[in-house]
Amino acid sequence: MLTKRIIPCLDVKDGRVVKGIQFVQIRDAGDPVELATIYDEQGADELVFLDISATHEGRKTMIEVVREVAATLAIPFTVGGGIGSLEDMRAILRAGADKVSLNSAAVRNPELVTEGANFFGSQCIVVAIDARYDEELGSWRVYTHGGRKGTEWEVLEWAKKVEASGAGELLLTSMDQDGEKTGFDLELLKAVQEVVQIPVIASGGAGNAQHFVDVFQDAKADAALAASIFHYKETSVENVKDILKQNGVHVR
Amino acid sequence: MIGIIDYGMGNLFSVSKALERLDVPYTLSASPDELEQCEGLILPGVGAFPDAMKALEEAGMKEYVLRKVDEGTPLLGICLGMQLLFEESEENMLTKGLNLLPGRIVRFTGKNEAGTRFKIPHMGWNHLDQRHPEASLLNDIEDGYVYFVHSYYVDTPDPSVILASASYETDVPAVVGRGNVYGTQFHPEKSGSTGMTILKNFCDLLAVRGGKE
Repeated sequence: MLTKRIIPCLDVKDGRVVKGIQFVQIRDAGDPVELATIYDEQGADELVFLDISATHEGRKTMIEVVREVAATLAIPFTVGGGIGSLEDMRAILRAGADKVSLNSAAVRNPELVTEGANFFGSQCIVVAIDARYDEELGSWRVYTHGGRKGTEWEVLEWAKKVEASGAGELLLTSMDQDGEKTGFDLELLKAVQEVVQIPVIASGGAGNAQHFVDVFQDAKADAALAASIFHYKETSVENVKDILKQNGVHVR
Repeated sequence: MIGIIDYGMGNLFSVSKALERLDVPYTLSASPDELEQCEGLILPGVGAFPDAMKALEEAGMKEYVLRKVDEGTPLLGICLGMQLLFEESEENMLTKGLNLLPGRIVRFTGKNEAGTRFKIPHMGWNHLDQRHPEASLLNDIEDGYVYFVHSYYVDTPDPSVILASASYETDVPAVVGRGNVYGTQFHPEKSGSTGMTILKNFCDLLAVRGGKE
């Protein structure tokens, strides 16, 4: 039986992991390879690296990070953040990433999803959707540019559109829940999964291990992503998996 | 020496790095001449079946691989590389494969017989159900999970070639093999210690074979 995936997310700027990372056993809290290795040892099923570099040099450094992570780890990983062209995708995938995640660029140019899927295969094209509930719309609206910019797209329509364009997976972040630590947005996840057939990674809102049980049992997500609760050691991947097992959720 | 066949379709970097971690020497090449001395071959592959067969044929790799297999060289196909070992594939259009193993590559339907929905692609870690635990490729694999990502799978009339399977909408052939031809539908190079053990087992086949010569 296919297991549910737990995916820690690391923000990388100019080749260094940023945001607080609290692990006693590491020598250098900013080294992406070292942190990735720790999550691998804890039983992470995949990793996501989000490149938040603002400069061209910073992005070039990301390629080196990808190369090193791929040389060190034997688990799949995704790279997102600032990927805007086929060339960007090729560089990241050639360096050893398994998937690339497109966000703003996909909204700006939906053709990019199709081109990427045709060139590299749907399996390596993740579309990241930042969703926020919109009272007026009576549904969720798609945001881009790290959540700063609203778009014309309603989330369910956009999810259908990118699936038809060739996306292999969705990384669905609830901006309403993000950082709140009160649990994933189960309604959003259920609604999106009603309309697409590709796997959906839940993101935004994880505050404790029970939230992962809920997102898998109630919302039937395929995978769940979290950053700060793992970085700040509020819980570990191992602990989350133990609790999932106790609740009858299949994990590796 | 292992030869990794580079025909422009695959994550060669991950496979070669996995061999480096195992301390196994390899040659990565798109030229049959350069691979000629290799005692074992790995056929990786990501992408669509028709493109891959076309690329293999254009590189002169099809004849080369078939000849090497005939000479007894162990061959391991990974993911799409495994699918290429079979007779034909329905992906996009009916395309002939290498015809080393019996079976056809077909698409998941998204439902099982009971009508339960399954997502396509089959993506993530699934349990390896061993049907032939005595197979050398499965040495030291006890209770393992491996990483899959694919939308097509092998439908074979000969269950004896299925060494291990994974349960999804149907029983998905996960490790296949007959004689010196092997394949894994999952990515051993991305499947943690279980995957690394399977790669090591394949490399050990060469050592055994080399020792006998």
